[in-house]
Amino acid sequence: MKQVLGDRKTIAILLGPALLVYTLVILVPVVWSFGYTFFKGNALEGFEFNGINNFTRLFTDPDVQAALGFTVKYALLLTILQVVFGYGLALLYTFVLKKSSAIIRTLVFFPVVVPTVAIALLYQKLFQSAPKDGLVNELLVNVGLGSVDWLGSGTTAFIVIVIMDVWRSMGFYGVLLYTGLLDIPEDIIESARIDGARGFSLFKNIVLPMSLPILYSSIIFSINGTIKVFDSVFALTGGGPGNETTPLTLYMYRTAFAFSDYGYGSTIALVLSIMCLIVTALIFRGARRDNTI
Amino acid sequence: MTVTNVDNLDRTSALVKHDVGGRTPAPIRFLKRIPVLIVIGVLLVIEIYPLFWMFINSLKSNTDFLNNPSWALPEVWEWGNYVSAWLTGNLATTITNSLIATVPSLALIVILGVAGGFALEVMVFKGRGGILLLILAGIMIPVQMILLPLFTIFFNLNITGSLLPLIIIYTGHGLPLTIFMMATYFRAIPREVFEAATIDGSSMLRSFWYIGFPMVRNAVITVGLVQFFLIWNDLLIAITFASNRSLNTIQAGLLNFSGEYGATDYGPLFAAICITTGGILILYLFLNQQIMKGLTAGSVKG
Repeated sequence: MKQVLGDRKTIAILLGPALLVYTLVILVPVVWSFGYTFFKGNALEGFEFNGINNFTRLFTDPDVQAALGFTVKYALLLTILQVVFGYGLALLYTFVLKKSSAIIRTLVFFPVVVPTVAIALLYQKLFQSAPKDGLVNELLVNVGLGSVDWLGSGTTAFIVIVIMDVWRSMGFYGVLLYTGLLDIPEDIIESARIDGARGFSLFKNIVLPMSLPILYSSIIFSINGTIKVFDSVFALTGGGPGNETTPLTLYMYRTAFAFSDYGYGSTIALVLSIMCLIVTALIFRGARRDNTI
Repeated sequence: MTVTNVDNLDRTSALVKHDVGGRTPAPIRFLKRIPVLIVIGVLLVIEIYPLFWMFINSLKSNTDFLNNPSWALPEVWEWGNYVSAWLTGNLATTITNSLIATVPSLALIVILGVAGGFALEVMVFKGRGGILLLILAGIMIPVQMILLPLFTIFFNLNITGSLLPLIIIYTGHGLPLTIFMMATYFRAIPREVFEAATIDGSSMLRSFWYIGFPMVRNAVITVGLVQFFLIWNDLLIAITFASNRSLNTIQAGLLNFSGEYGATDYGPLFAAICITTGGILILYLFLNQQIMKGLTAGSVKG
C-alpha cells in the first residue's frame, strides 16, 4: 500500500507541473526581486549595481513614510469597520432575521463580486462635485449643508475610499462571521436561555466570547487584504490629490513604471512583503488556538 | 489557512428554536418588528440603491444629467448610450481579451491545482510538509514582489505584445490558494477509499481521475469561482502587462474609457459600468450560494 501511495512517478505527474509553474512564476521572481534591491535601472535600459543605496534612500524618503502612513491608517481603520459592520450584519442574520435572512444576505453580498473598477467609477460619480453635484452632495445640499469637493482634498478623499471599501466588503464579512456564529453549539445557547440569559446579557456572556475565534480570523484576513490595497485607490483617486492617498502598493507601482526605477520599486515591494509576512505569522499563531483557519 | 466551513450556509439557524412567537398578540409583534424593518430598509437602500442610481443615469442624455437632479428618472430613455458605450469603449475587444486571459488560466489552475492538492494530501512522500509550507508562503506574497522580474523576463522573451503574460501570471498566482484549498477538501475524504481502489487493482492515477476528482467536483466549482473573480476583477497585473490599447482587459479598458470620455460622456460611461456589472449580476443570480460559499472559504486572499 505504502508503495502505491508513495509512487514517485505518480507524484511527479500530479504535482510536478503545478510545482514547476509555481516555482517559475512565484519563487524565482521573489528571489530575483530581492536581488533587484541592490540595483538601479529597468528592463529596457539595463541595470547597474547600486549597493545599499536603495535601502538608505528608503529610510529617508518622505514619500515612503507618507505611503506607509496611509497604508497603516487605511488598513487599521478599514479592518475595524469591516469587522464591526460585518459582525453587526452577522448578528442581524442569525438572531433577528433567522430563517428569512437568505435573501438579505444574498443582496448585501452582491457588491463583493462587482469589479472594483466599476465600483470606483460609480463612487467618483456619487461623490462628484463638478461640473454637477453627485448624489451625496445633492443630499447634503438638500439638508442645508454645502456641497463638498470630496476628491479634491486628501482627508475627504480618504473618507470616500473608506466608505467605498466598507460598502463593498461589508456583505462579505457579514457572511463570513455569520457562518462562524452558526457554529456556536445550539445547546450552549439553549442552556443559557434556560438560565435566564436574554438579549444583551446573552450576547455579552455567551455569543461574544464564543465568536472570538472567528472574529480574530476575520481581523487577520482583513488586515491581510487591506495592506495590499491597490485597485480601489488606483481607480478611485489615482493616489491623489498629489500623493495624499497613495498606499505603498501604488507608490511601488509608480516608482517602477512612471520613474522606471525597478531597484527602488523592488525595495518598496520588499517592505510590503515583510509586512505581509508578519501578518501571516499572526495567522499561524491564531491557527494554533483555533481550528477554523 | 482558511476553511471556515461554509457548507452549512443554508442550514436553518440552530440558534433560533426559542422564538417565543404565539405568546404575544399579532399587532404588538408587528410594532416590535418596526425597528428591525427600518434597519433592513436602510441597509438595502445603502447597498442596492447606488447600483440602481447608476442604472437610471446610464439612460440619461448629457443635458438631462447636467440639469436635473441625479435621482430623477430620465426624461428620455436613451438606450443609445449602451450602443455608444459598446462602440467607443471598445467593449467587444476588452471582453474578448478578458475571456482569452481568463478561460485558459482558469482551466490550468483547476487541472494543476486539483492534481497538486491530491498529490500533497493523499499521496505519501518525504518533504510533503515542506512543499505545503512553501505553497502557503506563495499565498501571502504580494503581487508587487513578482511584478518587476516577470516584466523583465517577458520583455526579453518578447511576448509583452500578447496576452500570454497574463495567462502565465494568473495561472502561477492562482495555484497556491487552489492547491491549498483542494488539499483541505481531499483531507475530508477517508484515505481508505483510495486504498480500497488500489487493492482492486487501480493505479493511483486512475484513482485520482475516476474517484478523487469526481468526489471533489463541488469543491472544484467553488475553487473555480474564487479564481474566476480574482482573475476577472484583477487590475494590477492587467495594467502592467496589457497596457497596450488592443490588449486591455475589461477592467483596464473601463478605466481608460473613463479617463478619456468620463468627464464629458456621462451616459455612455454609466452604461459601460452597467454592462460590466450586468454580466457579473447574471452569473450571481444563478450561482449566488456557491459564490458566497467559495469566496468566504477563499477569504485568506482578503
